[in-house]
Amino acid sequence: MEFLSYLITGISLGSIYAIIALGYTMVYGIAKMLNFAHGDVIMVGGYVAFYSMTYASGSLLGDSPSAVATGLSTLVCVLLAMAVCTVLGIVIEGLAYRPLREAGSLAVLITAIGVSYFLQNAAQLLFGANPKNFTPVISGQLTLFGGQLRISYVALLTVAACIVIMVCLTLFTSRSKMGKAMRACSEDKGAAQLMGIHVNRTISMTFAIGSALAAIAGVLLCSYSPVLLPTTGSMPGIKAFTAAVFGGIGSIPGAFLGGILLGIIESMAQAYISTQLSNAILFAVLIVVLLVKPSGLLGKYVPEKV
Amino acid sequence: MLKVNDINVYYGAIHAIKGVSFEVNDGEIVTLIGANGAGKTTTLQTVSGLLHSRTGSIEFMGENIMGQPAHKLVGKGLAQVPEGRRVFLQMTVEENLEMGAYSQPKSSVAGGLERAYELFPRLSERRRQVAGTLSGGEQQMLAMGRALMSNPKLLMLDEPSMGLAPILVEQIFDIIRSLHKAGTTILLVEQNAQMALSVADRAYVLETGKIVSTGTGAQLLNDESVKKAYLGG
Repeated sequence: MEFLSYLITGISLGSIYAIIALGYTMVYGIAKMLNFAHGDVIMVGGYVAFYSMTYASGSLLGDSPSAVATGLSTLVCVLLAMAVCTVLGIVIEGLAYRPLREAGSLAVLITAIGVSYFLQNAAQLLFGANPKNFTPVISGQLTLFGGQLRISYVALLTVAACIVIMVCLTLFTSRSKMGKAMRACSEDKGAAQLMGIHVNRTISMTFAIGSALAAIAGVLLCSYSPVLLPTTGSMPGIKAFTAAVFGGIGSIPGAFLGGILLGIIESMAQAYISTQLSNAILFAVLIVVLLVKPSGLLGKYVPEKV
Repeated sequence: MLKVNDINVYYGAIHAIKGVSFEVNDGEIVTLIGANGAGKTTTLQTVSGLLHSRTGSIEFMGENIMGQPAHKLVGKGLAQVPEGRRVFLQMTVEENLEMGAYSQPKSSVAGGLERAYELFPRLSERRRQVAGTLSGGEQQMLAMGRALMSNPKLLMLDEPSMGLAPILVEQIFDIIRSLHKAGTTILLVEQNAQMALSVADRAYVLETGKIVSTGTGAQLLNDESVKKAYLGG
């Protein structure tokens, strides 16, 4: 029973990693760059949700709001966080990365690290360095087997959100015109242009989707561990990047699989080996996987036909 | 239909195209021939908007299109089959064709697919297959079918015979002839000068970024210097 409980913790934590990893992997797949500022977009999403939820519960809802009213206002706050992050993602891409489209990948990488620090410092300036106490979007837990197994509703919500996002993204990239254009751009930007695809707009769209997902991840992450700081996004961001590489960067199912596995490994390592060493174990597993399969679990090596 | 006037294209400090001018009239097949590195592909990419010239003008259907980005030109009726085919290897045959119709209204896609499959029955058999599993010849057909999905007025083909067995080269050129008969104007870039000159109405010979001679296909086929340089004596 204990094992089951750790497994569920791992899967729900992994779902958060997976949602973040999707942003990394989509941007990498299309723009061929590692957007290290992605983790900090999560943090911005967290702050927007925090302030709008505080405002809603303080000024908009009465003293004892009904469950429906609370739920609706939380939903609106999450949507607001998604909207802000979407705009932020588009602005970051347009201002920081687009001018470097023809530059070497190192220049873009360093810029991404710069954007990451910029966001963290801007957040510290705007919101202060003191931790904020985030109210989980949903409270309570499910008790099973006569109290032996408890699953928080946050964990259930996280897993459900991850599955819904995964299904929607898969349908989007396989069925919609924009989704197919994204896949075309990820393979060959020049040929995509010759088809009439506006490559810059497609890349922008990818950042928009990734950043909206980051906002959802931010809200879930802060509901899971309710301390919000300007650096909140950086460690989960790095772990999600690891998850994306683990699963095969550029692959959407890979990000999903990598995220979930990483969450389970982390949870198990914390439970059975050592809390302090859990991150070391996590990265050790990554190194081993990459030694055996350099393209990641689901990454494919596509030979070029001449 | 297409009037290229005095274009100069640079790769950094390298002056790749030095004042090239040529034109393609309505209904013609025009070919640019020349050796490796003569600037054939660069010229085509400049016309299609992937590269940009520092001088001159490019007029397409009476409009100066110079400096316009490639993705805008497709909708105006200018399609290019790029060198090395460059089909989307991880997408299915049908998805590749759909991408070709990206600039077209959704309603025209079904009709376009039907036409492409009629022209290339092989593609129809493989419509659900990923393009990476096709043979070189099939990929060339897919690249051509994909370009035709945008209903181009001018179709530009860059080395369609590259890397193909002689029998496939014949097939590809048969298709080029039939497209031309159906009314498509064609600009063809080829290293296979023999084949190219035999289908072309007019031809230009490109050497190190300059046009060195021009004439009808038949004239150049019998031209001594062209024979020596490109047709194996």
